[in-house]
Amino acid sequence: MASTGDNGGGASGDGGEDLSTEPLRPRPVRFISPAALNLSRVYEQNRQRIQKKDGPKVPDPTTPQTKGKPRLLLMGQRRSGKSSISSVVFHKLPASETLFLESTARIQKDSLNSFMEFQVWDFPGQIDIFENPAYSFDMDAIFGEIGALIWVIDAQDDYLEAVARLNVTILHVQRSYPHINIEVFIHKVDGLSDDYKLDIQRDVTIRIQDELSDQGIENAPVNFHLTSIYNHSIFEAFSKVIQKLIPRLGQLEAMLTNLCRTCRFEKAYLFDVNTKIYIATDSTPEDMASYEICSDYVDVIIDFTEVYGSWPRTQQWRDRLEGEPWAQPLEDQVACEWAESGMVLADAQRPIMLREVDRFLALVAIMKEGSYEKMPQINMNVDVVVKGLTEFFEITKPRGGVVTGGQGEGVVSPGVPPAP
Amino acid sequence: MSDLETTTGSGGPAGVTDGSIGGGPTTQTQLKKVKKQKVLLMGKSGSGKSSMRSIIFSNYLARDTRRLGATIDIDLSHVKFLGNLTLNLWDCGGQEAFMENYLSQQRAHVFSNVGVLIYVFDIESRDVERDLATYVNIISALVQYSREAQVFVLIHKMDLIPPQMREEVFVQRVALVRKKTAEAVAIVRKGFLSQSQSQSQQQSQQQQQQQQSGQISPTATTTSAPPPEDLEIDMQLFATSIWDQSLYKAWASIIHDLVPNLAVIETQLASLGVAIDADEILLFERTSFLVVSKWTSREGDNNPYGDRFERMSNILKSWKHTCSKFTGTPRNAEQFSEFEYKMGSQFSMFVTKFTTNTYILVCMPPGEARFNSAKLNVAAARPWFKFLDGPPAGAAAAAGGGGGGGPGQNPYGAVAGSYYQGGEHGMGHPDS
Repeated sequence: MASTGDNGGGASGDGGEDLSTEPLRPRPVRFISPAALNLSRVYEQNRQRIQKKDGPKVPDPTTPQTKGKPRLLLMGQRRSGKSSISSVVFHKLPASETLFLESTARIQKDSLNSFMEFQVWDFPGQIDIFENPAYSFDMDAIFGEIGALIWVIDAQDDYLEAVARLNVTILHVQRSYPHINIEVFIHKVDGLSDDYKLDIQRDVTIRIQDELSDQGIENAPVNFHLTSIYNHSIFEAFSKVIQKLIPRLGQLEAMLTNLCRTCRFEKAYLFDVNTKIYIATDSTPEDMASYEICSDYVDVIIDFTEVYGSWPRTQQWRDRLEGEPWAQPLEDQVACEWAESGMVLADAQRPIMLREVDRFLALVAIMKEGSYEKMPQINMNVDVVVKGLTEFFEITKPRGGVVTGGQGEGVVSPGVPPAP
Repeated sequence: MSDLETTTGSGGPAGVTDGSIGGGPTTQTQLKKVKKQKVLLMGKSGSGKSSMRSIIFSNYLARDTRRLGATIDIDLSHVKFLGNLTLNLWDCGGQEAFMENYLSQQRAHVFSNVGVLIYVFDIESRDVERDLATYVNIISALVQYSREAQVFVLIHKMDLIPPQMREEVFVQRVALVRKKTAEAVAIVRKGFLSQSQSQSQQQSQQQQQQQQSGQISPTATTTSAPPPEDLEIDMQLFATSIWDQSLYKAWASIIHDLVPNLAVIETQLASLGVAIDADEILLFERTSFLVVSKWTSREGDNNPYGDRFERMSNILKSWKHTCSKFTGTPRNAEQFSEFEYKMGSQFSMFVTKFTTNTYILVCMPPGEARFNSAKLNVAAARPWFKFLDGPPAGAAAAAGGGGGGGPGQNPYGAVAGSYYQGGEHGMGHPDS
């Protein structure tokens, strides 16, 4: 024992570097070379030393870059549509192609680079993280971050078991991590009649609330959404979920409301371009129809940009355009460096406009009839708001920057006091 | 302007010949000369013929096609395309009883004067052998009656094949179909040779045979010359699905060759493109948003997206659906009149209503001044493309009545005439 300890001490540097290549879990091995045995022993010692220094948790070597970002956890029964949702919303997979998705075998972690950096964790449905001791999940690593737990229920299936499991989950999460929002997606409701949808929603709500109040939990942050990947409802539901995670949302909304009032817009949305999730809108009542047309508008713009804007032009082309009649660099010939678009509907001449705010965000607004002629003025107003939005995100960003920039170990979870 | 007059002039005589069909009794030879575009849509029952027709021409959404029932017998529709081109679309119900009927009793009626045959294969079909056997029969009938016809084979429902296997499955199926087509042609030629040997003996009996069975009567009505040795069917194959843009690609090629005055459109588009310094111009038909014609600058040719034309059709058409949902107006109605997009210093583009029946998409280099002048120039170019809207409008604008006006008014009547003439063969049509 003593001799191995000496060896371990001598080779600890090597062992530390080999962490990633070493098998982390003991598994049935027919033959282990003495050297390998030694290495694993060294690793074990090393690990224990780190644990002692760092508290009860092992820093997960696979996800150092995902620390400190809001996290969306997708959970639910198997085949309830979790992976389909994340593919459709975050990877722009056409809904019809989700038929070919394989079932998820382990936790699928996606990092989403957008105006805020999100993580989306897609859990396999067959594993119950609370009941199965074989998978000893590190609860703090999962629920430690601020975020939302999205529970997906297949409305076209018998959902009693799903509701029961959801209840168990809510109880666990509520006790230890009350800051997590719980969002229930009653999913696959396309094809169901409106009455039936509402019936299901009512039934699920009652079952969960009864159970919670039996356990003495009142006013738990549980929200319900009716969703389907075959229409916009899934995006709208995600929008609501994400809006709750945005710091100072009220400020954003006030800016948009102001813009709507000055320019006589019917409705304005601030979209995350990649996911078509809207992160803020003005204060007028929301309606699905205007969200749909605005989000499709974003889609059209993305498609056009891909086809005509994603390949480099030749120098020759540029030289000609900057040549004599114009004699200006191309950048000076345009009014706005970001994407700018306008569209007029045939009925009542109602225009819709879109303006890119930065790489991730776009402002889309539905205008009133007759305002197309006043586009120059509107553009000026929009410019001001866009400037304000940019500042807003400048201000809110550094806070995130500090967290992500900090020493990975110091900010594992809010429970750990930050290292001085 | 001289261009314009010549085109409307050429539209007139075409109208006159149309009128003569509808008017008096015509001989078979006269019928053949006529370029009334008869488009046959065939394939096994349930393969998706009516679905694709509804999507392309009736603005159905892909998921709405579930509502469609089986087509009974032949569903005739006259699709007005670009105002002056009427597609005589024969959507032939694919159930076996109907198929047999087309091949026997109605053989001459269905397969003569065909401009285009669109044959749809269902990739999911269980009984491929049988599908191909039917296909061979159809092709031989077609070669017999209208050997000039173009054939488009659509391998449909490709969305049911996993994406990584699509290419492979399609290539296999193409090889199979080409082989079968060659077989079909060979069969017809053999049949013809043996028939022509015994033709002198049969000459007297032909009248009787014609009444007994439609299958042999063709020898009397069609040309007597056997198919030439090197007869090759003008055939194109496409992998399609109603769930993506592949359908638009196939139909744009089908339509492309049928559009009248295509050369004129192309030269005028090119001169417009050069004048406004564009990178690409696409001309869409108003309701179907199929690409009628396109022009691309040398720079635009570097665009790596070879499928961009059908993509644009797809994008704009689904955009039109979105608008109709928002405004609550019918799908076939016009939905947007103007769409402009300036992508910083990368490119600018706009889509705008052009002539009555067309939309134009212009993609061009960035620059505010360039963009605004291009929009004005496109508006100014409108009169030069008026002929796209068909003889009635063209005749009124340029020729001012005269010869063009009369026949131009009733192209539809002429179509109906030829259709009723077909009815004499003893076939019940659903009304058009």
